[in-house]
Amino acid sequence: MTESREQNVTGVFELENVSVTYGSEVAIAGVSMHIPPRAVTALIGPSGCGKSTLLRCLNRMNDEIGSAKVRGRITLDGADIYAKEMDPVELRTRVGQVFQKPNPFPMTIYDNVAYGPRTQGTRRRSELDEVVERSLKRAALWGEVKKDLKKHAFELSGGQQQRLCIARALATQPEVVLMDEPASSLDPISTQQVEDTIAELKEYVTIVIVTHNMQQAARISDLTAFMLRESMEEPAQLVEVGETRVMFTNPGDKRTEAYITGRFG
Amino acid sequence: MTAPAIRRQRVGRSVTSRAADSIVRRLISLNGWAAIVILAAIFLFLAVNARRALEEVGFWVMSLGTEWYPTIPTPRFGFLPLLSGSVLVTATALVLCVPVSLAAAIFISEFAGGRVKEVTKSIIEFMAAIPSVVYGLIGIAVVVPWVRATFDTDSGLTALSGAIVLAFMIAPTIVSISEDALHAVPNSLRQGSLALGNTRWETTYKVVVPSASSGILAAVMLGMGRAIGETMAVLMLTGNAAVIPDSLFDSVRTITGTIAAEMGNVVQGGLHQSVLFTLGLVLFSITFLINLVADLVLEKQRRRWQR
Repeated sequence: MTESREQNVTGVFELENVSVTYGSEVAIAGVSMHIPPRAVTALIGPSGCGKSTLLRCLNRMNDEIGSAKVRGRITLDGADIYAKEMDPVELRTRVGQVFQKPNPFPMTIYDNVAYGPRTQGTRRRSELDEVVERSLKRAALWGEVKKDLKKHAFELSGGQQQRLCIARALATQPEVVLMDEPASSLDPISTQQVEDTIAELKEYVTIVIVTHNMQQAARISDLTAFMLRESMEEPAQLVEVGETRVMFTNPGDKRTEAYITGRFG
Repeated sequence: MTAPAIRRQRVGRSVTSRAADSIVRRLISLNGWAAIVILAAIFLFLAVNARRALEEVGFWVMSLGTEWYPTIPTPRFGFLPLLSGSVLVTATALVLCVPVSLAAAIFISEFAGGRVKEVTKSIIEFMAAIPSVVYGLIGIAVVVPWVRATFDTDSGLTALSGAIVLAFMIAPTIVSISEDALHAVPNSLRQGSLALGNTRWETTYKVVVPSASSGILAAVMLGMGRAIGETMAVLMLTGNAAVIPDSLFDSVRTITGTIAAEMGNVVQGGLHQSVLFTLGLVLFSITFLINLVADLVLEKQRRRWQR
């Protein structure tokens, strides 16, 4: 990953001293990190360490929680996403999200994937067909559903539903896809399929994934960020961030080592 | 050696719990059956009392008859004037009420914040608690003069006046049941839609409302059932002319209004009384069917979210 390549590619996040408060409670404090493009960045750490909160800062989904307040600076491709002129609705078409539990809309497979593009104003059938096919292919679901795109999304299995949600997020052609423990409600085989999908996706988009599962982080991510909340009185912090290979073989911080070797968490 | 002991203990515990379980289950099923038996008894009671009319006048003669003159020497017992009165008033009330109620339900469920939500919900619940006579009085004091002045009708006691007041009366049913249906839509769907770059409003009308559509339909059906069955306010406001209406500005008389107004003046066991029971039977069947369909629709929705 050379500097020159990064300059041509979009989907780069830069976080400077980011903190999040809910009312009077400080959830996360002082997170600074660089999220490289076209790579998988994993956020790991024990429950309640603010991984999901940090993730939701990146597409401003925290805005939907009334009391949440984000401080510090987050830029996407150089532009401050919390600036006044940044429209959170527009931002979310550039930064997609896949949730913990599959949440397909109660409509057909086709309509689920076409949902985003239709909102963006794509009306032509041929264009929609193309987007749907491409997105489903990238989410590795096309082969299983191409014959019955008119089937109701609820008829798919859990793993298929999650890949449908990935396809749905891809259909708006985002630069980044955020994933909040996307495999935590799936069986091992479906998990494997979703992981394979993620590995292929980084060719097109930047991926930031929250996971509980350290083996998963080790398998699929290029970069790992370890977050920790040392006590309930203190806000969660970023302990360290680095190349996954290095983090898992030779962690720089004792707490990281303790966590990844399973001594707590 | 320990395994049999544990097994014995489990059996012992399950005997008592099984007994309690079966008693509770029987009690509950008794209640369920009681409801069904009562319903059947009501139907039977109406049918027995309607028997004379059904034999002497005939069901189709009554149902398709266009004249209602129950007290002249050769009485005419045609239901169509009353049926059309009920249908006209109910349909108009729904047309007036459904859009506003739906908007209110969407506002409460999707947009109102904590305090506003509480206040609007309790106001709407309070609307349901107002006795229908009071609605009738408000109608006579406010709606009837307004209709007379605005539409230049003779009396102001018209189908429209009844429908306007009825719209207020069925609004609480429609608002609260639609609000329940909207509220039942999983939050994950809203999040999913917002995360795809939709505004709150786009999310509401493209995902939340369609997801709740069958519940909303059931709310409208239940409101309709209530509107058809409503008696007092309608009796006070529609002018009570048992004639097939030409327009909303005619006086009409509903099925319920007819039963309420005439039941006190009939001979016990007479033909007229029996005809009124037949009317009751028709009304009962209509509301029963409407409620049944609404329940089936709601059940379908429930099953869909379980999948």
